[in-house]
Amino acid sequence: MNPDLRRERDAASFDAEKLTHILDGGPERTRRRREIENLILNDPDFKHEDLNFLTRSQRYEIAVRKSATMVKKLRDFGIADPEEIMWFKSFVHRGRPEPLDLHLGMFLPTLLHQATQEQQERFFMPAWNLEIIGTYAQTEMGHGTHLRGLETTATYDPKTQEFILNSPTVTSIKWWPGGLGKTSNHAIVLAQLYTKGECYGLHAFIVPIREIGTHKPLPGIIVGDIGPKFGYDEMDNGYLKMDNYRIPRENMLMKYAQVKPDGTYVKPLNNKLTYGTMVFVRSFLVGEAARSLSKACTIAIRYSLVRHQSEIQPGDPEPQILDFQTQQFKLFPLLATAFAFQFVGAYMKETYHRINVDISQGDLSELPELHALTAGLKAFTSWTANSGIEACRMACGGHGYSHCSGLPNIYVTFTPTCTFEGENTVMMLQTARFLIKSYDQVHSGKLVGGMVSYLNDLSSQRIQPQQVAAWPAMVDINSPDSLTEAYKCRAARLVEAAARNLQAELKHRKSKEIAWNLTSVDLVRASEAHCHYVVVKIFSGNLSKIDDKPIQTVLKNLCLLYALYGISQNSGDFLQGGILTESQLTQVNQRMKELLTIIRPNAAALVDAFDFQDVSLGSVLGRYDGNIYENMFEWAKKSPLNKTQVHESYYKHLKPLQSKL
Amino acid sequence: MAHNRCLNTCSFGPKIVSVVPEPPWTSVSHAHPHPPTSEMHLCVSRALGGDTAFNIHSVFKQALNSLGSDEQIEKWTPLIDSFQIIVTYAQTELGHGTYLQGLETTATYDASTQEFVLNTPTLSATKWWPGDLGRTATHALILANLYSSGRCHGMHGFILPIRSLQDHSPLPGITVGDIGPKMNFEQTDNGFLQLDHIRIPRENMLNRFSQVLPDGTYVKQGTPQSNYLTMIVLRVQLLASEFIPALVKACIIATRYSVVRHQSKIKPSEPEAKILDYQTQQQKLFPQLATAYAFHFIDEIVIEFFKKSYQEIINGNITNLPELHALSAGMKAMMSDHCILGAELCRRACGGHGYSLLSGLPSLVTKVTASCTYEGENTVLYLQTARFLLKNFLQVQSSQSTPTLPQSIQYLASAGSGRCPAQRTSDFLSPQLYTEAFAHVAARLIRNSAQKLHNLTSSGIDQYVAWNQTAILHLQAAKAHCYHFTVKTFVESLKKLEKEPEIYQVIKRLCDLYALHGLLSNLGDFLYDGYMSRAQVELATEAYFSLLSLIRKDAILLTDAFDFSDESLNSALGCYDGNVYERLFEWAQLSPTNTEGNPAYEKYLRPFLKNNRSKL
Repeated sequence: MNPDLRRERDAASFDAEKLTHILDGGPERTRRRREIENLILNDPDFKHEDLNFLTRSQRYEIAVRKSATMVKKLRDFGIADPEEIMWFKSFVHRGRPEPLDLHLGMFLPTLLHQATQEQQERFFMPAWNLEIIGTYAQTEMGHGTHLRGLETTATYDPKTQEFILNSPTVTSIKWWPGGLGKTSNHAIVLAQLYTKGECYGLHAFIVPIREIGTHKPLPGIIVGDIGPKFGYDEMDNGYLKMDNYRIPRENMLMKYAQVKPDGTYVKPLNNKLTYGTMVFVRSFLVGEAARSLSKACTIAIRYSLVRHQSEIQPGDPEPQILDFQTQQFKLFPLLATAFAFQFVGAYMKETYHRINVDISQGDLSELPELHALTAGLKAFTSWTANSGIEACRMACGGHGYSHCSGLPNIYVTFTPTCTFEGENTVMMLQTARFLIKSYDQVHSGKLVGGMVSYLNDLSSQRIQPQQVAAWPAMVDINSPDSLTEAYKCRAARLVEAAARNLQAELKHRKSKEIAWNLTSVDLVRASEAHCHYVVVKIFSGNLSKIDDKPIQTVLKNLCLLYALYGISQNSGDFLQGGILTESQLTQVNQRMKELLTIIRPNAAALVDAFDFQDVSLGSVLGRYDGNIYENMFEWAKKSPLNKTQVHESYYKHLKPLQSKL
Repeated sequence: MAHNRCLNTCSFGPKIVSVVPEPPWTSVSHAHPHPPTSEMHLCVSRALGGDTAFNIHSVFKQALNSLGSDEQIEKWTPLIDSFQIIVTYAQTELGHGTYLQGLETTATYDASTQEFVLNTPTLSATKWWPGDLGRTATHALILANLYSSGRCHGMHGFILPIRSLQDHSPLPGITVGDIGPKMNFEQTDNGFLQLDHIRIPRENMLNRFSQVLPDGTYVKQGTPQSNYLTMIVLRVQLLASEFIPALVKACIIATRYSVVRHQSKIKPSEPEAKILDYQTQQQKLFPQLATAYAFHFIDEIVIEFFKKSYQEIINGNITNLPELHALSAGMKAMMSDHCILGAELCRRACGGHGYSLLSGLPSLVTKVTASCTYEGENTVLYLQTARFLLKNFLQVQSSQSTPTLPQSIQYLASAGSGRCPAQRTSDFLSPQLYTEAFAHVAARLIRNSAQKLHNLTSSGIDQYVAWNQTAILHLQAAKAHCYHFTVKTFVESLKKLEKEPEIYQVIKRLCDLYALHGLLSNLGDFLYDGYMSRAQVELATEAYFSLLSLIRKDAILLTDAFDFSDESLNSALGCYDGNVYERLFEWAQLSPTNTEGNPAYEKYLRPFLKNNRSKL
């Protein structure tokens, strides 16, 4: 092992293994996760060449091979718990997407939730056995987050009892669904339902797209791959154009809404249930933000402990670059953020399980609030992780730019999270809508509960006067609870400001919608402040649950750093709101620098606690043993350009040039 | 694939060579090489979208012109101009980057044969990253520590043949290859190089400023400060050749797409709105557009100052060298930072389609993002600017009379403890008002960082340790200084447009937006010492929002004015005619995944599906 890293690990003030248990949710879960991980990583069937040296087609092919093996082995090993399946998938594909993602993650669950008994029998088992491979085709080339704008039509023909699916324009071509380009033979297509001359909005249809046996596109279907992307090389995101393509009436998913043989439309009952799925997906995405940022921090921090550069004092040996204050300032706030998001991810998972119990008991009352609030958290964590991963890459200097660092891949795999499952700005505005609704509710005299209860305490709104005005003097910058209060004040203030601006716009203009648009930047800021508060609150709330003293101490420091860093980056809000004074802000900046020094000795152990194996990180710079230079050299030698000593371009272009000029 | 791209660029390279005429300065006496204003090269590169080979070859040429003697320039120039040899510039090593003194490669003089022995003694000394080194170059300019008569004399440049001129194979003792795939620059064969006691003649050391005599005596001549020149030249050139075009193109693509793309409704009764009509989309894109214009105009002024100073320095007057160095470092860091962030923001503002390579945006992002480290890591560069600021600040403080400060920091002498005078929203549209605000903040942060450093050193902490303990403050001070410089400079170039009132008005809005966006994004700094009041923040915010809707009307013309052809944008989303979707569909069908069959189906899916079916 690299001596620097060994020394760092020996000097840690806490037991990294115990922190891993906390992050996993208990030692038993750590054990089980590792068991599954080792099952895969030691399995020769899942071994392959370094993907960085392969073409897109080769990467797709390997992914298909591994997915096929994976499905078989999941059954062989009897792994059925959804979270364990997720681990399994993620280890097999090293955290990358794979062509069966949509089949497993969308096609099967949609059948399960929206198909009738008859449809389950026809489609579910064949799909479960992968005779049918399906995808979920919603987004169109010209339409994304705004579902009502989708153009694909499904027109019912009572004569033949068929639906005619059609893509009437270029913009209506289904675009982006994973696994559609090359892999799937069926798709669940979202289309505007027309029957008896009326449009009834979006409904889901099971559409065969490729012939079983030959895998050729069926007549009337134009299907293909949408071409190269920033990342997702393994995934055949596809397009689908349907030319008056007929499917039987029974292929509409009819557990809720129905079209009778004569074309009569039967309305679904209240469909809040789909909120449950969205809450699940969003809680998963928050977990992804935590995992991706944790990986990036692991790589950047290990590299910064092994890399030596420049000098702090002339004549001294070159220091580890993590000894530079500027490097600590780049990385430690991100490390703290990674821990914060780990706790937020766990919180969201718990919440999802809790409301699932409620839902099964028929209590849907909490769903709308959760739906609205998780939208913002998805946006907040994915934006932050997105820029954080990039910052980690840039903190690794030139080598971060090489694919051997693994960082470019983590980034390009993660960054779509900012747009899929709801574009982030739109998500923030959903949360804002809920915040404004709650604000108005308080205004009309009704108290609100949950994470937005602070809106009850606003000075402009409060029913009885409180001593909020005297409050700022009491901020204790060494207390996570007190800092949580400060964030709460900021959120309250920004929600109030946005609500007032909205009202002012309403006075000037006629329409509510225009006023909303002209306030939307303020509204997004309010949502961000709210989410920031929630994250600080969850992080600090977790500290008291930790029994191990040394770990509690180190996590408390990270929590403080997270909160103080956020204040320093948004100091305008805290000053403008009168939440902190100028001298308190000076203390915040001072304390933040002290915390960098305090965290420094535990940096190696903190990233070890994330417990990523080298193959999962996929990074030469982030290797556990720290032997980076030897391995970078070995890695480079495998580059396809090095296959021959003299590249063919020499004979084709260089030699002729030299003789011509 | 990297392999194919390398082939293609190599075929580009020779074509460019035949297109580009001799740059004007090459014909001038070599003793006074002019600054390389390679405009023609810039134009060709712009037309070809920037993906061309032989870039480092021209870097070498600049190094030769500033570090080589007249004889050496005369000897090597014809060889490189006729491409009889291709030379790369090999500085960074596997274990060492920005910190030049840390490089491990050695060049030891052997007086008995009058040769230098070049060696990479360790793995971490392996030269790593030089462009064109992996597969293309025949020679390399190696930066190595010179040892002669048993003493180390620091970094010097040596020209070394690395491949046979007959068959291009590596010469004995040379291990050379490609460093593998990167985020972008797939067309460039960045390489590694190990030297096992390679001997080269004494004359191959570049010796304008120092030389080793046949007996091994080391002789210095001239001012070694001029060594900085190559770096400064490079940094200044990068602004216009690499950074600004990336941001400009990203703005063009995202803005055009945002008026073609319709999404949701603002009012239920109306058709779906263009996404550029959403305030949140304007808030994402217009500050980037304003930054693109700001940088364009600032670059012109930086280049002007650079040309003037370059002449002076070449003629022996180095008065402006420290400022030129600090300015080029600061502007490189700031423009690179902002262009990286801005291009990525534009990409994400295009939703899912921005993730497709067909949008052209990912490759703009991955290319410009390399700039945060090359030619000096940005944080290190900001800190260099900070040292210059600190030095001058201390001078202001200690001198009785007002000293003559370099132009870019004259505000240090005048910025005091005043208050922002704004009373109305429109006051925030006054260039004088916001320029002063930025001057105030920069001066305060510089003063504060100096103060904190002083406190630490006077409490007995070693000055180097103290510098590291205050580095974040210096970083912030340098950033504020650079921001002030850009605002001030944009305002100055605005004045030149006064004769064209219509253009002036449009650009003035962008200038206002650039300044106010900077102000509102760093609000804490302006509120901190009560320079601005909370009420003034409300006014500034109002002024800012009013600009968004004014700029909205001109947004498309503002992007058209940059005059990039569809070919050089290479984007299905950003084409001039706005036929986004047709192009996207057409281009996707050309993807090899659609034209080359599906081997994965034949190999894995078919047997897999068949096997599953037989089990039923």
